[in-house]
Amino acid sequence: MSQLIPTPVPNADNQGFWDACARGELRLQRCTACRAWRHHPRPMCPACGSFDYEWGLASGRGVVHTFTIVHRPTLPAFEDRLPYNVVVVQLEEGPFMVSNLLDCAAEAIAIGRPVEVVFEPLDETIVLPKFRLRAATTGQEIDR
Amino acid sequence: MPAPLSIRDRAAIVGIGQTAYTKASGVTEQRQAAEAITAALADAGLSIKDVDGVARFDIENVNELQLVYGMGIPHLRFFAGVPSGGGAVAGTLVLAAMAVATGQANVVVCYRARNRGKQSSHGAKPLQGGRPWAKHATALTDFYQWHVPFGLITPAQEMACIYRRHMHEFGTTSEQFGAVAVAQRAHAARNPHAVMREPITLADHHASRWIAEPLRMLDCCLETDGACAVIVTSAERARDCRQPPAYLLAGAQAEGPIHIQMADYLTHWQDKTAGAYVAEQLYAMGGVGPRDIDAAMFFDHFGPAVILSLEDYGFCARGEGGPFVAAGEHAWPHGSLPVNTHGGSLSEAYIHGYNHILEGVRQIRRTSSCQVEDCELVLVTSSNTDPTGAVLLRR
Repeated sequence: MSQLIPTPVPNADNQGFWDACARGELRLQRCTACRAWRHHPRPMCPACGSFDYEWGLASGRGVVHTFTIVHRPTLPAFEDRLPYNVVVVQLEEGPFMVSNLLDCAAEAIAIGRPVEVVFEPLDETIVLPKFRLRAATTGQEIDR
Repeated sequence: MPAPLSIRDRAAIVGIGQTAYTKASGVTEQRQAAEAITAALADAGLSIKDVDGVARFDIENVNELQLVYGMGIPHLRFFAGVPSGGGAVAGTLVLAAMAVATGQANVVVCYRARNRGKQSSHGAKPLQGGRPWAKHATALTDFYQWHVPFGLITPAQEMACIYRRHMHEFGTTSEQFGAVAVAQRAHAARNPHAVMREPITLADHHASRWIAEPLRMLDCCLETDGACAVIVTSAERARDCRQPPAYLLAGAQAEGPIHIQMADYLTHWQDKTAGAYVAEQLYAMGGVGPRDIDAAMFFDHFGPAVILSLEDYGFCARGEGGPFVAAGEHAWPHGSLPVNTHGGSLSEAYIHGYNHILEGVRQIRRTSSCQVEDCELVLVTSSNTDPTGAVLLRR
């Protein structure tokens, strides 16, 4: 690959997220005052205004909320994987997360498909949360 | 009588100007801006010496200093920018109207200069020449770290996710996306300024290659070199200018709980969008509703944005935008609401939506190449997937 994929630089508000990913855990900010989950990380709870939060362990399960199959143009670092998918997953806890579905043909992706998190190193310090299709526990696809 | 603190009917666009729209201009953005502003002042019958205010996109490369020393503005009293890229279009006019309504300025220049044709490389700065997304740093310190490492890089890819969800919820189809592109190309075919004038069909749309599914090439805006400028002054002074004024009946900006570059993709899709917030404010200020509007210039970085805007601004119910365009209601001359009668960003040019203001003014002056009969009231909007805004222009 001629160019590297741009890499996240953690800061004081989101270090806990990236540290958890590096340990193979999906942890999201959870307000300790009103118990609301949030992602992406930010310093204050937009629901209640509290600055107090914990890094809550998420189930790692969610559903595909929407997605695209990317063709040209894109950054050179991604060209060797074209066409590739990008999904917006809605996690069981509520928040949305942009990611990719691994080992999944474009035709198999659909809104509402259940997914679960897996972790994939990006470089020496950053591990990205990615997803795979999973069997629906309810026997039917979730659509919300 | 308007409320004393309202901008309703307090300002007017009295001059419009533009450069040629090209794929590779070979000149700088500073020159493009100067040419467009010079043309707009000539159109208004005013001089650069009359200008005492500047309102622009805050990402504009050509800043007010370059206008002061580069064009000879003798005494600038008001200068301000509006954030959010294509979300800034109408906001610049709102700023200008506030300035002239409060006496902070008498004559305000608003403009957008942009060399974004593929072959343009006038400067290597992040917002200069070429595509900004192609210049991502290798270390992401901002919210881009939540999507760029996953390959979600370009606006087309982001918007594809939004439009896919619209298709899922409302049954909107690619063919309906195509109806937007086909009509706007038909409008452009009559417009001598338009970059793309060769008519297209739904079959052409369907055959155009994927960019980011469900977006095809013909759903995407052009990449253009060019500049647009407008001159705003008070309603009183406007009556003495060379051209029939396009009065700013109302103007508004808003942001609501919806997508912003995927960084804030929350659970509010079914709720009000930013555009719907703008519509509410705009119609309340103007004392009008969607049925009073004769033509609309919707921000159209991608054709499906028109479908969502039709819903945001109340021309049809949520989810009915697709059937609205499939029925040709957006197409001049027979549609109930001719949209982007210059060809828009898909076919005239992509000057970040600023060319839409010029077309709105032409409709009010009744000089459009797709003139709406007896046109009295025109809506011009900013990008509806950013913090956004809109203005109502009246005759």
